[in-house]
Amino acid sequence: MSALVTEAAVASEGPDGRRRRRPVTGSLLVGGLIVALVLGMALLSFVWTPHDPTLVNSSARLQEPSLEYWFGTDKFGRDVFSQILMGSRTTLFVGFVAVGVAAVVGVPLGIVAGMGPRWFGELLMRGNDMLLAFPALLLAIMFAAVYGASTLVAMVAIGIASIPNFARLIRGGTLQVMKTEYVIAARAAGRGPFAIGLRHVLPNVSSLVIVQASVGFAIAVLAEAALSFLGFGTPPPTPSWGRMLQESQELLSSDPRLAVFPGVAIAVAVLGFNLLGDGLRDRFDPKLEDHR
Amino acid sequence: MIVRLVQRIAILLASLVVSSMLVFAFMAVLPGDPARVALGTSASDSAVAQLREQFGLDQPLVVQYLHWVQGLVTFDPGNSYVSHAQIGPQIADRLQVTLWLVGTGMVLACILAIPMGILMAVRHRRPSGLILSALSQVGVAVPAFLAGILLITVFAVGLGWLPANGWTPPAEDPALFLKQLVLPALSLGMVQAAMLTRYVRSAVLDVLREDYLRTARAKGLRPTQALLRHGLRNAAVPVVTVLGLHLATLLVGAVVIERVFVIPGLGSLLLDSVSNRDLIVVQDVVMIIAMAVLLVNFLVDLVYLVIDPRLRVGAS
Amino acid sequence: MTPVPDTAPASGQGSPDDVLSVRNLDVTVGGRTLVEDVDFTIRAGERVGLIGESGSGKSLTALSVMGLLPEGLRATGSVRLAGVGHDLVGADEARMSRVRGKEIAMVFQEPMTALNPTMKVGRQIAEVLLIHRTRPDRASARAAAVELLAQVGLPDPATAADAYPHQFSGGQRQRVVLAIALANDPALLVCDEPTTALDVTVQARVLDLIVRGVQDRRSAMLFITHDLAVVATACERVMVMYGGRLVESGPVQEVFTRPRHRYTQGLIGASDLTAVDDRGRLVTIGGSVPPAGQFPAGCVFRNRCTQATEACATRPDWISTGPDSGYACFHPVPESGAPGTGTPAIQEAGRG
Repeated sequence: MSALVTEAAVASEGPDGRRRRRPVTGSLLVGGLIVALVLGMALLSFVWTPHDPTLVNSSARLQEPSLEYWFGTDKFGRDVFSQILMGSRTTLFVGFVAVGVAAVVGVPLGIVAGMGPRWFGELLMRGNDMLLAFPALLLAIMFAAVYGASTLVAMVAIGIASIPNFARLIRGGTLQVMKTEYVIAARAAGRGPFAIGLRHVLPNVSSLVIVQASVGFAIAVLAEAALSFLGFGTPPPTPSWGRMLQESQELLSSDPRLAVFPGVAIAVAVLGFNLLGDGLRDRFDPKLEDHR
Repeated sequence: MIVRLVQRIAILLASLVVSSMLVFAFMAVLPGDPARVALGTSASDSAVAQLREQFGLDQPLVVQYLHWVQGLVTFDPGNSYVSHAQIGPQIADRLQVTLWLVGTGMVLACILAIPMGILMAVRHRRPSGLILSALSQVGVAVPAFLAGILLITVFAVGLGWLPANGWTPPAEDPALFLKQLVLPALSLGMVQAAMLTRYVRSAVLDVLREDYLRTARAKGLRPTQALLRHGLRNAAVPVVTVLGLHLATLLVGAVVIERVFVIPGLGSLLLDSVSNRDLIVVQDVVMIIAMAVLLVNFLVDLVYLVIDPRLRVGAS
Repeated sequence: MTPVPDTAPASGQGSPDDVLSVRNLDVTVGGRTLVEDVDFTIRAGERVGLIGESGSGKSLTALSVMGLLPEGLRATGSVRLAGVGHDLVGADEARMSRVRGKEIAMVFQEPMTALNPTMKVGRQIAEVLLIHRTRPDRASARAAAVELLAQVGLPDPATAADAYPHQFSGGQRQRVVLAIALANDPALLVCDEPTTALDVTVQARVLDLIVRGVQDRRSAMLFITHDLAVVATACERVMVMYGGRLVESGPVQEVFTRPRHRYTQGLIGASDLTAVDDRGRLVTIGGSVPPAGQFPAGCVFRNRCTQATEACATRPDWISTGPDSGYACFHPVPESGAPGTGTPAIQEAGRG
């Protein structure tokens, strides 16, 4: 590297570095808080909701927000706030399983693709690219056509569709780790690929996994909402933000409020996971700032 | 160059074959038989057997697969198990509607995202850039169908400027067609734009750090001129990739948007077919969407060759 | 060369011969000063070397002259170029863009990344002619570009003009960069370590092309390098920079054979690959260059200098020894240059 680059880098590290780090901690903080909020809501719903979220009450239909019904009630007289609380549980559950499926398959796949021979990695990545032609929603609709709509089907479909993201990222990370001197030394010392993968590659790509998990969570929340909106996600009566939106649509002209609460919940949750992912990425590797 | 082209075409063909096999296998190996599914559990065994024979479902799977692929390749996928209507014309009809929607959405997304992303990159340290950046982050979090509902609430229900739903073919009533196209295309486009903006921003930021941009300024180009003449073409490579990848998202987004705006596109056909247990139509539509995505990604690869001369030589 | 008394006038101030005059140039970032009070003049056709270790501020000095400092860095002071009516420090982009590429041009260190990968090199050369309207149209600019490629010694220049940068080697790309820089016959060519990234075998050839290029055009040259041998071949005068300041300057012959500043002495000692200490190791300057902005107050070299005393805590004045020579040191190497007067400012590697 040139003296110029060294000098410029040294020069920009001080006040610049601080300026650069501020938004990083910002997104980490805001994202973390939002995710904690969603998590808190889901945990709270296990012990307390103001009303039974599935209780149909014909005498309390379409109530405006009040002390009794914080977010009002829907056309069946169900409490919207309680449904939002319970909906966070559905959202997180789908996210966990979907990201879990994607990580359990995608991470080993990425590591193997990165450690194996070049043609093998290329082949796996071609297959990976092909999977991109089947986005989560399409896959889930296909699954639902065959197995019928259910939360499990939605989770697995979203999970499978998220495998390529994990595999691609982890393969990139693995290729980098494989070029490091400690891996070359380990290989020279006759360590087997399994030992190297477990001891050197996995720990070093784990930060990538965490970042991708957070981003994958956001994708899963979006996909679950869309699926429930279409009626292919969580079946009634279990509350789901996506289905609440769908039910609100026919009442848009009279009660737009019914669309606002689940809509905001979805957007805020997705924002939270995306920000957390961004924040973690910058935290783990400040050089990657601005690259996505 | 030729080698690379042949290589790409081979990859495209292989991907098409493998994905068609996957789709077919998935639908064929399902628990239950499509004829039974189509006719419902109350149908008599003889009726089911008749349907099986009529659609060749009693043939070996390999024959069925080849028959299906032949139908796709010759644009004559046969008839629906349920309605017995010709699938080909139906799909062609619906595809047209969806292409209008997706095409307009993509164009809107580019019009919004490219200038915004460049502005965000150029001003990435100034408040205006940071605000735009935060806005795009919020935009990414809003699903297209939610954007659609918001747009309907404001522009159709609230202001009454545009129709809340419906579809008219452009040949029938061009004015109404445009009016009805605006909101759904905007819902798709805005969300895409938010995502695309972030990619444009990071691609331009990368280019701004390049030595050749400094060379361009050392030649006597002003910073903006340098970026326009030397930066954008180089920044286009990652952006074009993302555009290709996002077509899949856009096509699937259209499925939901068609539901929100009651538009008779490919997505509605898919959803209706799922409800009607019309599995052969589901299979065809899924395959067509997958084909479209693979084809666009192939075209993206070709665009690279035009943009980046380094790729024209064999080295990868 | 006879020593000139301290009272001699400072280097040819305001002479009509001057191409570049830099006065009191400071470069700062945040509250830190990276280049401090740099003062020098380059005359028409003069080739001046600027040497020093990495982090000494030489590249920043060059970029200040070009007005191409990285974002966040600020230059103050004055940089005047003959024939340009305004100061280059603080000039807006519109004015600077008329000067860059025409009056001053630059050759960068890294030829592999200095050219736009998606544009044919002929067009990249023609562009600089068209920007400044030194050629009326594309066709004549292209013809000139081919001619320039021939001048920098590329075989088959007409074909080369239609090739993309990735089709060339590093040395060939640096020739293209040189062709761009020389295209408008600049009054001053700034070279920032132009041969450092090249294979040793092509370094000499590219260096020769640069020197011939500026000689043919009677252009002046500011040549930045850490390679003393390169300065000795390419330049007539040399300026030594350390810790963001000029510490010594003078004719190459004089500075290299009879250095006055202790840092220069160390630098020359360290580049002598035949000089070894009593344990047979190559000599180096003890310690290392501190991070930017963390040089000691007073003499910036005092924490690595074996001659440093209390006096060095205050900033040494510039002592002129000739029209273009001088140094800033309280304990200069004695005029005779005889070793043994005091400990040499050289230590062996590893110690210090």
